[in-house]
Amino acid sequence: MARLNVNPTRMELKKLKARLATAVRGHKLLKDKSDEMIRRFTVIARENLALRREVEAELADVMKSYAAARSVTPSYAAQTAFVLPAFTVGAECSTESIMGVETPSIEIIGGGKVAEFPYAFYEITSEADYSAARASELLPKLIKLACVEKSVRLLADEIERNKRRVNALEYVMIPQLEETIKYIRSKLDENERAAVVRLMKVK
Amino acid sequence: MTGKIAAVGNGDCITVLRSAGVDAFPAEDEKKARDVLRKIAADYAVIFLDESYAVSLAGFLKRFDEQPYPVVLPIPAAGGSAGYGEKFLRETCERALGVDILFK
Repeated sequence: MARLNVNPTRMELKKLKARLATAVRGHKLLKDKSDEMIRRFTVIARENLALRREVEAELADVMKSYAAARSVTPSYAAQTAFVLPAFTVGAECSTESIMGVETPSIEIIGGGKVAEFPYAFYEITSEADYSAARASELLPKLIKLACVEKSVRLLADEIERNKRRVNALEYVMIPQLEETIKYIRSKLDENERAAVVRLMKVK
Repeated sequence: MTGKIAAVGNGDCITVLRSAGVDAFPAEDEKKARDVLRKIAADYAVIFLDESYAVSLAGFLKRFDEQPYPVVLPIPAAGGSAGYGEKFLRETCERALGVDILFK
């Protein structure tokens, strides 16, 4: 490992020792952070998987009932029936901090219930009612999944970044500092011995 | 902060979501989907994207992974799930932890 390019003086030695102490403490802290983030990550990732399976199954069901509605109605009629939404849902967005990572947290406003349908009942079969109602019911879950999935991604990125920092400290910075300190120490000792010998010769 | 919810996709998928009160943006191919996403990314908090587009736009979607919002969620299209969501989750897991803990 390459040592740093510094003068072998007591001043430098003192400075480097302080830097090493900081580096070691930083390394420990980052490693602890990494451990905790990984623990959180596994929990959220598992939740994500379960939620995604659930939502995908339900969404497939909704699609099926919509397909059933469409199969008995001409496609242009089905399209026009749904073309204007009866209402719009909003989302109350905030952020939540998981180990210093800003993750989205969303509450849905005005949705999640069976609201009025966007069409008149004579326009389309009752199957459409089911699919529209189910879609409304599914929406909060979809939003939850969106939040969780985004959190997983953000957390994964942060874990990766943190890992790089930990490794840089562990395998580059700390060995470098240690080696330089050793080098300066041996140089100083060498100088001291040389001075002693010189004095003995003079006498 | 109050945000809006959008769905980008093709055909039935977004029609159904529209009935649930989500703003729907039709896109017949990836290129259109990308243009639509670029246009609406600043205005919407949550964007549901057809899974088939998410696969080919994976590189483009990476830019949304930097900040909490907007949240782009790939959802299975009318033809049912192609397993893209799970695959993506597995990749994320491997990237972060080095091993795949979810699908053993």
